[in-house]
Amino acid sequence: MSTTAEIISRCQTLFEDLTFSYAREWKAAMPGRSVVGYMPFYVPRELIHAAGGLPLGILGGGDQLEVIHGDAYYQSYICRIPRSTIELGVMGRLDFVDAMLFPSICDVIRNLSGMWKIMFPKVKSRYFDVPQNYQDNVGGEFYINELKELRDMLAEIRGTDVTDEEIRGSIKLFNENRRLVREVYAARMKQPWQVPSSEIYLLMRAGMILAVEEHNRLLGDYLAAVAAEDRPRRDNARVLVTGAFCEQPPLNLIKSIELAGCYIVDDDFMLVNRWERSDVAIDGDPLQNLASAYLHNSGNTSAKYEPDQAKKGLYLVDAVKRSAAEGVIFAAPSFCDPALLERPMLQSVLAAHGIPYIGFKYAENSGQMQPIREQAGTFADSIKLWSDQ
Amino acid sequence: MSATPVSDAVKEASMLKQKEMIAANYEQLATARETGRKVASTFVPGNLNELIMCFDMVNNLPEINAIQNGMRKKSGGYIMEAEKRGHSEDVCTYVKADLGSLAKGSLGPDGRPLPEPDLLLLSYTGCFTFMKWFELLRQQYKCETAMLHVPYEGEGHSSKNMRDYVVKQLKEEIIPKLERASGVKFDIDRLRENLRESAKAEDDLVWVLESAKHKPSPIDAYFGGVYYIGPIFTAFRGTPDATEYYRLLRQEIEQRIAAKLGPITPDGEMHEERYRLVVEGPPNWTSFRDFWKMFYEEGAVVVASTYTKVGGVYDLGFRHDPDHPLESLADYCLGCYTNRNLPSRIDILEKYVNEYEADGLLINSIKSCNSFSAGQLLMLREIERRTGKPSAFIETDLVDPRYFSPANVKNRLESYLQMIEQKRSGATASAAVA
Repeated sequence: MSTTAEIISRCQTLFEDLTFSYAREWKAAMPGRSVVGYMPFYVPRELIHAAGGLPLGILGGGDQLEVIHGDAYYQSYICRIPRSTIELGVMGRLDFVDAMLFPSICDVIRNLSGMWKIMFPKVKSRYFDVPQNYQDNVGGEFYINELKELRDMLAEIRGTDVTDEEIRGSIKLFNENRRLVREVYAARMKQPWQVPSSEIYLLMRAGMILAVEEHNRLLGDYLAAVAAEDRPRRDNARVLVTGAFCEQPPLNLIKSIELAGCYIVDDDFMLVNRWERSDVAIDGDPLQNLASAYLHNSGNTSAKYEPDQAKKGLYLVDAVKRSAAEGVIFAAPSFCDPALLERPMLQSVLAAHGIPYIGFKYAENSGQMQPIREQAGTFADSIKLWSDQ
Repeated sequence: MSATPVSDAVKEASMLKQKEMIAANYEQLATARETGRKVASTFVPGNLNELIMCFDMVNNLPEINAIQNGMRKKSGGYIMEAEKRGHSEDVCTYVKADLGSLAKGSLGPDGRPLPEPDLLLLSYTGCFTFMKWFELLRQQYKCETAMLHVPYEGEGHSSKNMRDYVVKQLKEEIIPKLERASGVKFDIDRLRENLRESAKAEDDLVWVLESAKHKPSPIDAYFGGVYYIGPIFTAFRGTPDATEYYRLLRQEIEQRIAAKLGPITPDGEMHEERYRLVVEGPPNWTSFRDFWKMFYEEGAVVVASTYTKVGGVYDLGFRHDPDHPLESLADYCLGCYTNRNLPSRIDILEKYVNEYEADGLLINSIKSCNSFSAGQLLMLREIERRTGKPSAFIETDLVDPRYFSPANVKNRLESYLQMIEQKRSGATASAAVA
């Protein structure tokens, strides 16, 4: 049996590999395979898998990629993820990718979808819209048709139709993946000292790269390895980190929060891994089932409209309660419209529920962690010393 | 200086008409509670004015209020007020100017308080921020909110699926909420009548915008253009007043063409047209006149702009259609400029540079507006490559005075115009050698 250190070491290697060797090798291993890149926060990976493709999460270049070309395409007031993504494209690091999907998250990623069409005309690319109306006969119908269009695009890449049976098979695998992801998150909520967030982060990032079958095995192995190890428990404050659902924080930022005396007990780093909150139905029309899960059984983030003012932000309060968090850290990338416009609304909801919070900004290549560590440390101290909870 | 200062400025009939219309709308807003009129707040892109009018509601546009506050030099204080209340310095200044104004009592340009809306009609068209803006307003007002999700034309065109989705939302979400907020039952024939009126005004608006193909151009299609689009992008599309406004405007411009006159500027008529430019992006509002002056002092006329398409792209053929009322509203929303993908926006700019015989493209990149700004540097390169004309890039903001640096903007503009001169003299020299 592998140890957590061995498993995480593998994840770290995948995380640091900006040439995406795993995905290249996966594609080369069998004729007819394709790789479909996608950006945060959500795409139906089941369809890519059903079409014989590898869904490859593109979450920018992190803090190890020097961005030269990408900066020439953006003004100083645009966030960093599109710059490093363009850098990856221009430098040929994504030259094996057959198609790119740009989900409906913000105007920057939306416009990047058009830029991709111009800069990489041989690669299929698509802006992937999701409904902001959650009635089955309105938003649901729209979404089913969008899914059909995506399915047909993927079928064109493969050269053969994607069958309902194939999609059902993929849904089963991703249901298993989500179940295991939920289990890992639950384990961390229960014993965060046993399941450090810097490890969870790498484990979940591996899910952006690995084939789902392999990621499922890895998650299972990690859960088994965690159970077999005993790690020291510290008197840390339990915090929830939110706002980091697109451009990712440097790994060092996550480690800094932990080193500052916080256990991260919930986060929104990679929403796609657990967007659907429970299993997607298998029987019946698979596209309808995916649509229904999106409309009625999916997570929350600021790119998703909340029709009911009374419910606005309560998902965060629920997450705080569920994870027994003692405070919330709003960590958002600089110039991130979704996270920064949402933040005051969420903060007012937290304030109304007496939940303490702090906020800061980062970029994926932020290098100076001392201020973060001091801020998080002070927050942890204030929770421990003065919180009523 | 190529503009002649006018000591005793004579307002043209269209200007007076527009002034009256705007004053009347603010009067309706200020007295809405006394008169019992219900108020809908909505946005410029994807503005459903013809539909709102079917319910006798008065239309209030937070973007326009932010612009008004920008031009009256009040937005800076409002933005700082919003930032003090926890809104990030990184986000849209329209939003912060609006929220700051709200915190300070929300006064209209006539100094009277604007009424609280009875309905927030969120037409989510071409701008992600709109959704958050109205969620923020909803938190303040706690009133009914209707969300119209307009899908983005990611593939460069709309599809039947998108159109059907918008129409269904109109039927099942928007109209019932308008009925509930107003107490007025929907009458589709009334909508048809309003749309018929819109199409008349749209014909004249397109004629006006295309008049800039003349040399000299009788209009400035950016700085002047923002006044021309005022009625049709706001609370007046579909009204006889708007039709009359565009009829008057067209007459005036016909006369200007016949007299071979250039555009009217705040300092009078511009006599010599030295440069013809296409501009992409919204203007800066806090120093609007200073900004414009930098152009007309150099004899630079904007012959086409994309900002004047943000509330509807009519010059590519779209007209509101009374025979297909809801479908037509859907097509209108889907086709607004910032709801079109980047390749389509580049095609439009290329067409403008060529058809309006422009010397080049100038991009005014707005810090606040990622919907416009993200990708503009690629647009610039593409237009230069396709047209062979020089392009330039300046950066300002919508209503945040901290981001308007006159010396930098002027310097860049002058350098750009010199570049155009050099290109011209190079072309003349090559022709002479040949």
